Amino acid sequence: MAALLEVKALKAFYGSTQSLYDVSFEIPAGGITTLLGANGAGKTTTLRAICNMVRTEGAVRFEGHDILGKPTEEIVRRRIAHVPEGRGTFTSLTVDENLRIAAYTRKDKDGVKAERERVFNYFPRLKERIQQQAGTLSGGEQQMLAIARALMLKPRLMLLDEPSFGLAPLIVVEIFRILKRINEEEKVSILLVEQNAALALDLASHAYVLETGRVVMSGDSSVVKNDENIRKSYLGY
Amino acid sequence: MEQFLEQFASGLANGAIYACVALALVMIYVSTDHLNFAQGEMAMFSTYISWQLMQWGLNFWVAFLGAVAISFVMGVLIERVILRPLHNAPVLSVVVVFIGLLAICNSMAGAIWSYLIKEYPSPFPKSSFGIAGVIGPHQLGVVLITLIVLSLLFAFFRFTPLGLAMRAAAQNPQMARLVGVRVDWMLALGWGLAAAIGAVAGIMVAHIVYLDPNMMGGILLYAFAAALVGGIGNPGGAVVGGFIVGVLENMVAYTGNQIEKLTGVYIIGNGEKLTVALIIVIFVLTLKPAGLFGRVVVKRV
Repeated sequence: MAALLEVKALKAFYGSTQSLYDVSFEIPAGGITTLLGANGAGKTTTLRAICNMVRTEGAVRFEGHDILGKPTEEIVRRRIAHVPEGRGTFTSLTVDENLRIAAYTRKDKDGVKAERERVFNYFPRLKERIQQQAGTLSGGEQQMLAIARALMLKPRLMLLDEPSFGLAPLIVVEIFRILKRINEEEKVSILLVEQNAALALDLASHAYVLETGRVVMSGDSSVVKNDENIRKSYLGY
Repeated sequence: MEQFLEQFASGLANGAIYACVALALVMIYVSTDHLNFAQGEMAMFSTYISWQLMQWGLNFWVAFLGAVAISFVMGVLIERVILRPLHNAPVLSVVVVFIGLLAICNSMAGAIWSYLIKEYPSPFPKSSFGIAGVIGPHQLGVVLITLIVLSLLFAFFRFTPLGLAMRAAAQNPQMARLVGVRVDWMLALGWGLAAAIGAVAGIMVAHIVYLDPNMMGGILLYAFAAALVGGIGNPGGAVVGGFIVGVLENMVAYTGNQIEKLTGVYIIGNGEKLTVALIIVIFVLTLKPAGLFGRVVVKRV
């Protein structure tokens, strides 16, 4: 099976500081892959590098096209939806406007309308809050809105940066259940970055482990999960 | 009573002008965090363009629309050519560029059209327009035109995808990029719109203050005050602030006149209205530093 996203020897820099040294991985179409690692390992940077939000070297291919160094706005038009750390809510816009702006690049009005219905099907709570200012939503609702916004793009690939961050355990479970459904029903591939390795390994089929800007190991989630050495040295639980 | 109404109405007309310039300032401020000191001079330059178009024989409204369109393009160009390279420059560099822009607009207008004060026509019919003894035809026209422009802008930002994209880009540029908004172009568009609104203000006020390269100096000051009173980050607040400042300055003068009439003692009059109005503005800002409609931004540390 051809990979949907291919990342090869990716390096990334913040100013003169290098934070990724050699990151290579592949994401198969339709699957859920997770990037794990401790704080500062380069998980978030990897996602940002894919969307050209940091200075990069190496190669990133998406559906066979070279996208490294292309402007972020163009990469989004290839239907890669990035749900950033901290959710990236447009706090002063309403929920409705957040969803509308998310479909900004789409020209098919009917498709967008259908997407909205699908999104409300996953997140009925957003429908209740549709005219509310997004900044007044709870943390969990804002995370739902962030995922909903990504869905409005009808993405081929979703990049999720710590969707569990700062949320109550029950809400995290709910959100991960919805992610699973989205992956299966919408055929959206997902690249998931998580601190909570146990949770991520349950959801994903494949895992890569990062340490200080390098991929140090990879394998099926079940293998990674059951390997005590990996767990102790990299995942810390 | 009639005099009171007259003063109030003329305050509204001035306020409409301040509101436009204040809105132009706020539009650039919310997306770049910079106050464009050249906004007034740009508006003055636009007014000269409309005057020139009329000299070439165009009708007032054609010249009006032409000047607004040309100003829009100039605003976009200024952003793309002059300010784009300064995106990551320190604040002071940008301030210097704004002041340079101010001086350039001013002296270019002087060089092209001379510093002689010119009369500028009013497009509003004298006979059938206005309410006798309350509001003059030009003043009523100014208020109406401003309200139309402001409603159009409001509708643009509220109901069109492009307006929404501009708001998103101003609020969270990085996230806006992640939903595919071309943020650079939104900034340029914001400059274009600000220049166009400024042009409307300049053209509307020129009949009152006469056309000359320094006509917008005082108005920019009022507009700053209006934007600050309304809350510098809030477009609606800037508009309300504009009307408040406009009415306020006339009420100050009116009150002064009344006191003089009653007691024979001159305390304040037309000459002091700017001073007193600004004192009141400072007073408001001391009590509410974020402006009447501004939100206090709390930073988590």
